[in-house]
Amino acid sequence: MTEFRILRYDPDNDKEPHFQIYTFDGPKGMTVLEGLIHIFENIDSTLAFRSMCRAAVCGSCAMHINGLYNLACRTQIDKLGGKVTLRPLAHLPIIKDLVVDLEPFFEQYKKVMPYLIPKEDPPEKEYLQSEKERKKLDPWVDCILCAACYGSCPVEATDPEYLGPAALMKALRFIDDTRDGNAKERLAFVATDFGVFRCHTIFNCQKVCPKTLDPTKAIAKLKMKALFG
Amino acid sequence: MIFHDILIVGGGLAGLRAAIAAAEKKVDVGIVTKLYPPRSHSGQAQGGINAALANNPKAHDDTPEKHGFDTVKGSDYLADQEAPIFMTQQAPEAIFEIEHWGCPFSRTEEGKIAQRPFGGAGYPRTCYGIDKTGHYILQTLFEQTIKHNIKTYNEWVVIALAKDMDTCCGVIALNMHSGELQAIGANAVIFATGGSGRMYGNSTNALTSTAFGVAIPYWAGVPLKDMEFVQFHPTSLYPSNILMTEGCRGEGGILVNKDGDRFMNKYAPKAMELGPRDIVARGIMTEIIEGRGFEDSYVYLDLRHLGKAKIMERLPGIREITLDFIGLDPIEEPIPIQPGTHYCMGGIDTNIDGASPLKGFYAAGECACVSVHGANRLGGNSLLETVVFGKRAGASAAEYVKDKSKQPKTNALKRALKREEENLSQMLVSNGNENPYTINAELKNLMPLRAGLFRDEKLMSDGLEEIKALKERFRKIRPVASGSSFNFDKIWVLEIKGNLDVAEAVMAGGLARKESRGGHYRRDFDKRDDKNFLKHTLATYTPEGPKLSYSKVQITKYQPVERKY
Repeated sequence: MTEFRILRYDPDNDKEPHFQIYTFDGPKGMTVLEGLIHIFENIDSTLAFRSMCRAAVCGSCAMHINGLYNLACRTQIDKLGGKVTLRPLAHLPIIKDLVVDLEPFFEQYKKVMPYLIPKEDPPEKEYLQSEKERKKLDPWVDCILCAACYGSCPVEATDPEYLGPAALMKALRFIDDTRDGNAKERLAFVATDFGVFRCHTIFNCQKVCPKTLDPTKAIAKLKMKALFG
Repeated sequence: MIFHDILIVGGGLAGLRAAIAAAEKKVDVGIVTKLYPPRSHSGQAQGGINAALANNPKAHDDTPEKHGFDTVKGSDYLADQEAPIFMTQQAPEAIFEIEHWGCPFSRTEEGKIAQRPFGGAGYPRTCYGIDKTGHYILQTLFEQTIKHNIKTYNEWVVIALAKDMDTCCGVIALNMHSGELQAIGANAVIFATGGSGRMYGNSTNALTSTAFGVAIPYWAGVPLKDMEFVQFHPTSLYPSNILMTEGCRGEGGILVNKDGDRFMNKYAPKAMELGPRDIVARGIMTEIIEGRGFEDSYVYLDLRHLGKAKIMERLPGIREITLDFIGLDPIEEPIPIQPGTHYCMGGIDTNIDGASPLKGFYAAGECACVSVHGANRLGGNSLLETVVFGKRAGASAAEYVKDKSKQPKTNALKRALKREEENLSQMLVSNGNENPYTINAELKNLMPLRAGLFRDEKLMSDGLEEIKALKERFRKIRPVASGSSFNFDKIWVLEIKGNLDVAEAVMAGGLARKESRGGHYRRDFDKRDDKNFLKHTLATYTPEGPKLSYSKVQITKYQPVERKY
């Protein structure tokens, strides 16, 4: 028997979130997301959770799973011993059940000018960029904006002004791009008390990133650049 | 009442590209998406996007003309030739544009955009960013919409079109957060809702890529074109059907059966694993059906000979997926794969501007049928279609709205809103007891069996009867869940209704098309029949089922010949 313990909250009826337990027989190899879908389709269609790609690339189903933030679709139930406890992402208002309001997360993201500001007018064909230069972007560009890092970061709990790991990593992604001409302004914007200097290097974001990226390292790099150029 | 001069429905590549094109023309544009744009299914595209850039040394004499011809041949001559010719001419500019916006493409030694071989193509012309090309382009276009400050309604689900006489004047949409149903007025609506792969159970598509997006205009009287043409990707991971990019074979991966034979020599002796998708998928399925697969379900995609370095450099995303989902490392072991439903060549009937027969209503990307892919799409051409035709639809709609009054058609919108409110409230009080998800599961089981890689009269007429029976049961579903905020049950019931009606159009179109062409392969009519079927199927919605008619295929430059690879 598989047991799901899910933190539920219905804005129409509940004052406080509360846990609800569901049990069912799930096949071997079932993921947490498949378990949620099973409950939704067969047991309780009022359950709310986000899902989309089921292949760990869209970032919809990030949540707190047995003590760690992860994507529900890439977590096997067997590996959790058949007992699953689910809570929504922290530091973002709960709308319903496992669905949180992502607007604060995306608002921070938008602040870092998350788009290329070209150094020069584009050439007729592509900008030339060596593979070595491009590879510098590799550690940052795979971010799927799932907000697992945001939920795991204790600084977000106390300071909603803090830009957060994903947004800061995005800033570095453009600073490190040979095609971008705005590094100085970008750096000035993040090298502040609500930017990189608010990070206490707790490593939670590095620990939970489902794409195994390292926002902590990105923030450390930004600090170095800000302090030593 | 909310109003935008142009309203775009869908936040994937085609929708975002259309929005940027409209914004560049200083038109007031809004995007409605049932997700957040970076969640869209476009982000799952892996292998790449085609353009004859001639950056690869093996492609020094590649040209857009050759790309155009490969696309027409790949389509089994069902494409309207003006469309692939336009698309392939525009391809280099479209790619450079994305690159100028910062897309992190992989690079050649000279620092140009890197290109790899893909199926059905005469040259290595698929531009790639490692094996995450869709993700990179989606992020890039999302970034541009932020730069242009385009208003986006995240997690609003469009459920119907609003019409003023014979013109589309907006949509009715459910705000998932508040649970409110609202009318949004627009002078032009562009649908970019993606594919319908989730009518099928064995799909590579995201869970929400249902037929609801094409069902909405279908219900409003817009014909669906060539819906019987469904593409089965040769290589999806067994058993979850997560996509294993064609890039695996482009980089040199091979297919082997239970006996250790590299069986593609029987089906495409020259192109081998890089034949077009319809031929490779049928080859794999034939091996499985004839008992040369593993557990009667899959064959192997073997990458081991590429070596660790190449796999880590070119296909790290594939390795991540196999490790995450079946605990297998492709450096050490071959990957179990089977064909999976992947792409809908058919869709909303549009012309080359993305305009449908309904005035003010446009479509672009996988939900549309221009037709550029005809009966079979080449790998790497779908991402290209989204950016080329997304841009063109956005620009055409901008031209169309130029002289229109900037006021919503309030009366027509209010009428449509009232109609949809009534429909939704009926769903809450049904006295039936059928589980809609059981009905959907049965549909998804029957589609690959009845309208899959191999079809015939009996399979499809049985399939049509079964769908009609499911539709009958759907009339007796239990009441939908109440609750305002994030009521996913409400939305899924509508998505399933869309699946049922559009699946019926797929089946009816396939049954009537007594020939084999591209993705539509019939055992009882196993040859292409240009005399009788070089024509597009048009399905028009009626409550009794689809009404079929046909339209001419535009043949300009290339006369149909037999396809050989």
